[in-house]
Amino acid sequence: MGLFASASHAQNVTVIKYAELESMLSSKSDTTLVVNFWATWCAPCVKELPYFEELQVKHAKEKIKVVLISLDYNSLLEKKVKPFIAKTGIKSAKVFLLNESDPNVWMGKVAPEWSGAIPFTLIINGTKERKGYERPFTLAELETELRSFIQ
Amino acid sequence: MGVVSTLLFAASGFVAPMKGLQPGDKAMVFKLKNTDGKQVTLGENALTKGFIVVFTCNTCPVAQAYEQRVMDLDKQFASKGYPVIAINSNDAQLSPGDNFDAMKKRAAEKKYSFPYLTDESQEVAKTYGASHTPTVFVVQKEGNDFIVKYVGAVDNNAQDGERASEKYVQNAVKALIDGKPVATQTAKAIGCGIKWKKA
Repeated sequence: MGLFASASHAQNVTVIKYAELESMLSSKSDTTLVVNFWATWCAPCVKELPYFEELQVKHAKEKIKVVLISLDYNSLLEKKVKPFIAKTGIKSAKVFLLNESDPNVWMGKVAPEWSGAIPFTLIINGTKERKGYERPFTLAELETELRSFIQ
Repeated sequence: MGVVSTLLFAASGFVAPMKGLQPGDKAMVFKLKNTDGKQVTLGENALTKGFIVVFTCNTCPVAQAYEQRVMDLDKQFASKGYPVIAINSNDAQLSPGDNFDAMKKRAAEKKYSFPYLTDESQEVAKTYGASHTPTVFVVQKEGNDFIVKYVGAVDNNAQDGERASEKYVQNAVKALIDGKPVATQTAKAIGCGIKWKKA
């Protein structure tokens, strides 16, 4: 089952391990991936989530996929993460929860420059380009960065 | 960094986070205000062999999850020459829960056995290269200098310390005490970005 198969209208939060994240990030397709790492407990993350949703909505007809990866504890998936996402109304961007308790196992592989602070965003286009941003975004800033990839 | 990842990132760019102190670097001697109002200088106590410097704060859930473990580190190692020094570098305007009164309250409530210093100008966080909380720098006294021996996470399981298979800071300090090399000198961890003052 493809990770991006959109079946239901309700937003699901799919739990993944690093292996699935890695295959997502190493896809050779010409779709531009905007991957945002966030958590419900991270205030600047929560603030910018709607911009990522907006980005996906605006570019719905283009080869752009916005993916939101929660780093919340897996044990809080039902109690906290799903209700939180339901409240935000996010339904275009795909939401995942990365169930890995040891950041040292996977963070260096995702982005060696990443110090561990969130929010963190990766923009990837196949093998063309890959850029990491350890900072929050406004919608305008996201659009600007995305433009440099799709041009 | 492996060859494959080097090739992958060769043609790409990163908005690089600030470079911080790495193992082997000299650590800045700071002088900051403690919750009791007094100034504390790194190394003012000549009997210490080193320090467990923890950039932490009141408000970050990850720092909160590690709070007891940080307290335990001081209980375990202060008497052996490696006490904890906690530093809160969050801007109080952006994060009122981290203002001085809140820090005083927290230190008193939890009966911190170590200094909890306020890095008001955020210069110490910037110089050490701390970007988020909690981040630990284990430093060892060598002559008149403090040399960084470990940078990073307390252990490899934020949610459950009992299930952490790697207790990085504990292992690093034990190695220093035993005169052995520190096996794991850096380890990444997720945490809340330090709230930098708005320009």
